[in-house]
Amino acid sequence: MRVPAVENLGFATLKLIENLGSIAMFSVRILSTAMVRPLRIRRFVNEVYDVGVLSLSIVCLSGFAVGAVLGLQGYDTLVRFGAEANVGAMVGLSLVRELGPVLTALLVIGRAGSAVAAEIATMVTTEQLDGLRMMSVDPVDFVVSPKAFALVFVMPLLAALFIVFALMGGYLVGVMLLGLDGGTYFASLESSIEFRGDIVPSFSKSLVFGVLVGLIATYRGFTSEPTAHGVSAATTGTVVTASVCVLLFDYVITALWGV
Amino acid sequence: MPNGGNWEGPGAPDVRPPPGEREFRIAADGVYLKLGGRKVFQGLTCGFFRGQISVVLGGSGAGKSTLLRMIGGLTRPDRGTIRVAGVDVSRLPERQLYRVRDRIGMLFQHGALLDSMTVFENVALPLREHSQLSESEIEAEVMRRLNSVGLENVERLYPRELSGGMNRRAALARAIVKDPEIVLVDEPFSGLDPINVRRIEALLTQLNQELGITLVVTSHHLASSLRMSHRIVFMVDGRALSGTPDDLLHSDDQRVVQFLEAEKNQSTEAYVSAIHAGGGAG
Repeated sequence: MRVPAVENLGFATLKLIENLGSIAMFSVRILSTAMVRPLRIRRFVNEVYDVGVLSLSIVCLSGFAVGAVLGLQGYDTLVRFGAEANVGAMVGLSLVRELGPVLTALLVIGRAGSAVAAEIATMVTTEQLDGLRMMSVDPVDFVVSPKAFALVFVMPLLAALFIVFALMGGYLVGVMLLGLDGGTYFASLESSIEFRGDIVPSFSKSLVFGVLVGLIATYRGFTSEPTAHGVSAATTGTVVTASVCVLLFDYVITALWGV
Repeated sequence: MPNGGNWEGPGAPDVRPPPGEREFRIAADGVYLKLGGRKVFQGLTCGFFRGQISVVLGGSGAGKSTLLRMIGGLTRPDRGTIRVAGVDVSRLPERQLYRVRDRIGMLFQHGALLDSMTVFENVALPLREHSQLSESEIEAEVMRRLNSVGLENVERLYPRELSGGMNRRAALARAIVKDPEIVLVDEPFSGLDPINVRRIEALLTQLNQELGITLVVTSHHLASSLRMSHRIVFMVDGRALSGTPDDLLHSDDQRVVQFLEAEKNQSTEAYVSAIHAGGGAG
């Protein structure tokens, strides 16, 4: 007797395993291109510009806004306990350890990850990748790898910028609007944040998120159906899958390594 | 071939190899392919001679483009073999396919130029990737190829800034820039005005006559197909019928007759002028 629910679960599990295997193979292909000549330095730099430089404004503005809100909320909360001098520490710690890497990753997914997936999927639809294959040019090497590596490269840098602008936002609200002493703000910030305990793990988290976003965006684009629907599915699929993966991995990393 | 009878596959009686040729340069043998549950090929057997223009005709969904993709190793058959210059490309790993593809140029239906690159960079790409030429030599070669397809002062433009006909010609320049032995051309006339159809047709004929390139062209455009081809491969029901353009015109195979009638109704003038022109390049 067939049990549809169990059968569907079985198919879904098999599909998941197949997809994971496929992503693993895809990531091996991307890595292998980094070890063979020619190294696509110029294409990599162009991609860094596209996914990194063009994301600067949105990342900086968002960082500033998030920092301002944190300053405001932190002050309102801490002042009840007479601990408003610790606003700098609160803003800094929450940004460096958690919000900086995670929110930057979500912003990059929306701005650059979706664009990367859409661009590659459009190249699939318009046979540009097949055109490369017919010229004996590996599309993973020529198109995919520079984009994936660029996303990995820019993620920690953008997260660092996000945090800097957020600290400025927190300073603006805490010091210039709410009247906290500037020296106190920076002193609590400096004393609470450690390079090894906070900055390095934050950087590592961003690096992991960069790998996730780079891999998911390029994979979804590369394996999309060669139709208009395929392009839209790749784009939305990238945003949803990468966002969920970033949040899940954030929890796992925090739970395992306490960062 | 007498009145369309049994004109199917390599070695069929209708096959008239050019002088000095005994075997097909490209041959599909017993090819089966299912795509998305639809049987595209059911024992497809056909071949293409060196130095000829062969046009693959057939209705929409007959598998014309898929046949070209299989020759290029982009799509693999479920069963059967595709031999290109003696090499079975149907089972070759991707890396080894590159060696075969070095001998093939392909013009895709919509050009498939990389839209993030200029026309110059697109045409230069195969040379930059696979030749030892200096940048000045590459520049000279690219300009020569662009001029040979009638394109001037477009090298700094992006593909989106070109018309359909110019896009197709730029893609043709890219396909031939490495002097391939075989050029696969997918629907070169679709969406083009009559002047551009004639222009592309003349370019393909010129490539064949002057450089001896083997051309396999898929098309819906009957008049052009009859004018330029040495050989027609007609795709129907997942199989292929093949012969000269004259064989096609005089075939009594009902499937061919129906196709010709439909085309005739669609473009009577072009059809009549093609018949008056005598049909066929050879």
